[in-house]
Amino acid sequence: MSRVQAESVDQKLSAVPDNFGRFGRFGGRYVPETLSAALNQLEKAYDDAIIDPEFVSELEELFGAFVGRPTPLLFAERLTEKAGGAQIYFKREDLSHTGAHKINNTLGQALLAMRMGKKRIIAETGAGQHGVATATACARFGLECIVYMGAEDVRRQSPNVRTMKLMGAEVRPVESGSRTLRDAINEAMRDWMATVETTHYIIGSVVGPHPFPRIVRDFQSVIGRETIECCNKLFGRLPDTVVACVGGGSNAAGMFYPFVDFPDVRLVGIEAGGRSSNEGEHAAPLTYGTPGILHGSLSYVLQDLDGQTADVHSVSAGLDYPGVGPEHSYWRDSGRVDYTSVTDAAALDAFDMVAQQEGVLPALETSHALAWAVEAASEMSPEEILVVCMSGRGDKDAAEIARLRGQE
Amino acid sequence: MSHKDGKKQTGIERLENAFAVCKAEGRRAVSPFITAGDPDSETTVAILKSISTAGATCCELGVPYSDPIADGAVIQSSYTRALNAGMNLEKMFSIVSEIREACEMPLLAMASYSLIFRSGIEAFVKRGESSGLAGFVVPDLPLEESDELDEQCRRSGLALVRLVTPTTPPERAREIAKRSTGFLYCVSVAGVTGERTALPDGLIDRIKWLRKESNVPILVGFGISSADQAREVATVADGVIVGSAVVRCLEEARDAETMASAAGSFVQELVKSCQVC
Repeated sequence: MSRVQAESVDQKLSAVPDNFGRFGRFGGRYVPETLSAALNQLEKAYDDAIIDPEFVSELEELFGAFVGRPTPLLFAERLTEKAGGAQIYFKREDLSHTGAHKINNTLGQALLAMRMGKKRIIAETGAGQHGVATATACARFGLECIVYMGAEDVRRQSPNVRTMKLMGAEVRPVESGSRTLRDAINEAMRDWMATVETTHYIIGSVVGPHPFPRIVRDFQSVIGRETIECCNKLFGRLPDTVVACVGGGSNAAGMFYPFVDFPDVRLVGIEAGGRSSNEGEHAAPLTYGTPGILHGSLSYVLQDLDGQTADVHSVSAGLDYPGVGPEHSYWRDSGRVDYTSVTDAAALDAFDMVAQQEGVLPALETSHALAWAVEAASEMSPEEILVVCMSGRGDKDAAEIARLRGQE
Repeated sequence: MSHKDGKKQTGIERLENAFAVCKAEGRRAVSPFITAGDPDSETTVAILKSISTAGATCCELGVPYSDPIADGAVIQSSYTRALNAGMNLEKMFSIVSEIREACEMPLLAMASYSLIFRSGIEAFVKRGESSGLAGFVVPDLPLEESDELDEQCRRSGLALVRLVTPTTPPERAREIAKRSTGFLYCVSVAGVTGERTALPDGLIDRIKWLRKESNVPILVGFGISSADQAREVATVADGVIVGSAVVRCLEEARDAETMASAAGSFVQELVKSCQVC
């Protein structure tokens, strides 16, 4: 524990990770030695890139003309009226090219891969949004793209599978384990072990070994920065509460990070409460888990007393993951961000409500944050402003929701 | 041999003895790998005894883990079978105790750091020591994260075997070699565990280079699946580690008895191929 520095009182919460990839006690790099050299190379490439004006301006141009940034902040007028409290705003990441925030990260990492001279890209995907965003970035730059996806997720997110293939990516269904996101990450890591010298692994969330949690957070932080700018312009102040859903936690990290040093803004992360609080029926490590190591970093995780990863469940493929990014664990333990969970049923209700009240079809992942937001807004005053990170669009979920309701 | 002077030997000393015996007999070390609890504890004990009789220098006992990212399909499936059959840490340590009573062959636990961390590093190492383990191989713990486990292992006299891979730069390989106890695990290929038909280019030169940099024996593993490959590696290394090929040989055997004898014959063949003079 010698390396874990005592945090000084005046140190900013945003001043993480340290050189070892530590967010407080969380994070780090627990990987096979074969990957150490590639992670060091990535860390160096990233450090060089972010001070290279050419890299920064290329990414900014892509964010503009290719992604469609900045994404707007929408006043959810009828939803606000229905909740009868705080004013609810949506940060419209769902309007980004490919329909979710994931593209912010994949473009950044694809540029990094090219800087490192790597022309083969692998990725894992749960809901398929990261897979689509990776396939899209690869198509844009002419990179080979292979996406690992749990066989169960291939089934329940088939529209995204088709899109990936149309973009020229190869989708490899993963049949091992629970056949979901966690198994897709295992398989992508194994591929990377054997191909590390020619391949870059674009991890899709703020998880995995250092420096991934930092890199993904940084590329996603454009969400929070734009939100701050927009709120200052519209209201002349910051919002009172900001809420986002948390699976691995990339949209939440990107939204929260620019806010963490503003203690007056309440930040709330919503995990997948699934069917119940019983083990195996939810995917909420920050709510019910313990610190442990999964996929290369130390963070809250759902595992048994031996350390075997627990089964998880969520109606939403993108939240169906037993771990979470280490920075969220840091924010949880420091008390800066509140984390709670919302059930499958509440998320499905929120999906309907937002579709019908606002004419916006939210992703099932996002619907978890929306469920909490409507509830919370009703207990806040009309002067207060609540921003929901509308992380993705729900078209991909329409068929699965119909199936769940027996309307196939 | 080990209890002659009445003083309890440490895990590291037991490994040193085992390697010394090999050397005296003009052989290179053979370290098979099997999964604890595939298909069950009793069979695992029987296989280990058979491997020991066949002349294995030491043996890696794979501790089943739900998410083994360093392992290929053969070991992964073996872990899944073991977990589905109810293998857990308590049973794994019982296997170790039983083998410690029955044979001299040192056992190393091949365990993910996720499992070690969950139990608590000190507690896990103490449990290893009291059950009679000789040491650990932790495939997902790089140098930078290993101080605490290293310290606990040193206190308990248990080996912490480190891995160098083809992607490890020379400076780093030197540092890893320096800090490895028991032996140094030279990973033959960049990739996951699994059988491969040919030895990778440059492996022999890498081993020769490492041989000069390391004070502990060098055992080569990942992808070594036949007696011929073992023989070739044995010309320059201090020994070989054979994992997936042993596990597959067990998969093909029908019942517990055949498993033990099949593993025994295969190990015997490897031991013979590693006789250098």
